[in-house]
Amino acid sequence: MAHDTTLTDAHGHDDHHHESPVVFGFWVYLMTDCIIFGTLFAVFAVLHDQFAGGPTGKELFEIGGLAAETALLLVSSITYGFGMIAAHKQEVNKVIMWLGVTFLLGAGFLGLEINEFRHLIADGAGPDRSAFLSAFFTLVSTHGLHVSFGLLWIVTLMVQLSGTTEIPERMMNKLTCLSLFWHFLDIVWICVFTFVYLASMM
Amino acid sequence: MSTEHSAAHDSASHGSVSSYVTGFILAVILTVAAFGVAFSHALSPSGTLMAITVLAVIQVLVHLHYFLHMSVSPEKRWDNQVFIFTGLFVFILIVGTIFIMVNTSTNMMSR
Repeated sequence: MAHDTTLTDAHGHDDHHHESPVVFGFWVYLMTDCIIFGTLFAVFAVLHDQFAGGPTGKELFEIGGLAAETALLLVSSITYGFGMIAAHKQEVNKVIMWLGVTFLLGAGFLGLEINEFRHLIADGAGPDRSAFLSAFFTLVSTHGLHVSFGLLWIVTLMVQLSGTTEIPERMMNKLTCLSLFWHFLDIVWICVFTFVYLASMM
Repeated sequence: MSTEHSAAHDSASHGSVSSYVTGFILAVILTVAAFGVAFSHALSPSGTLMAITVLAVIQVLVHLHYFLHMSVSPEKRWDNQVFIFTGLFVFILIVGTIFIMVNTSTNMMSR
């Protein structure tokens, strides 16, 4: 028994100088997610000019909506960052507040995206119209689905944090994993607005 | 013990208000530049694509550094190895796919 305790202590001490294995494991998951998005970008690159006589990106996409979506996601990145800074200072109420702000910005992004999809489908430019639109909807909605799960995760952590006064290491790991997830989605969005929207609209 | 430790943790590995703001300002500048280049039509179509690609790559690096706190510190060695492997994998995947599919469509005269 005493032997076990010594081992655990030595291990615990060692962990302080390294990243948590939980966070590293989540990083590996994100890298596999990166391969999913890489595949979808490759599909879009191949099919981006297969319009089948249907509408092109230049005719469909609007700069106003794109700029607003990009701005919302970028601002949500920095608000989550402020939440992480508060978490490292053990300021639970501030963390919940910043998570709430991040949630609203993310929900705004999702609302704009759903609205855009609704208009496209109503105008007869749904995913069944052409290979270009199939690839577009698959790629962009996969990102949107990730954002939806990110929002669910934010709410979960807000509920778990409410009523507590300090942030134990276990909770810190959860917040750090969500931080990586949320910032990763913003990086994917950079590639989406560059290679899907701007490249189609110019 | 862990609470004290994380509270006093070196801000470089978690980011500070100023590092987040710096990253945010750089990201805004790069985003506005990409929109500007794409809609000003100042460059040829291939030149525009090249320019917005470069801007996107720089912005991804800005996000990785300021928001995901990637660094070359020994503590992050495993993260970086997985990242580099994934980057190489995705590069081969995308470039290989485009290479094969363009060749196929050229030789099959489908476009």
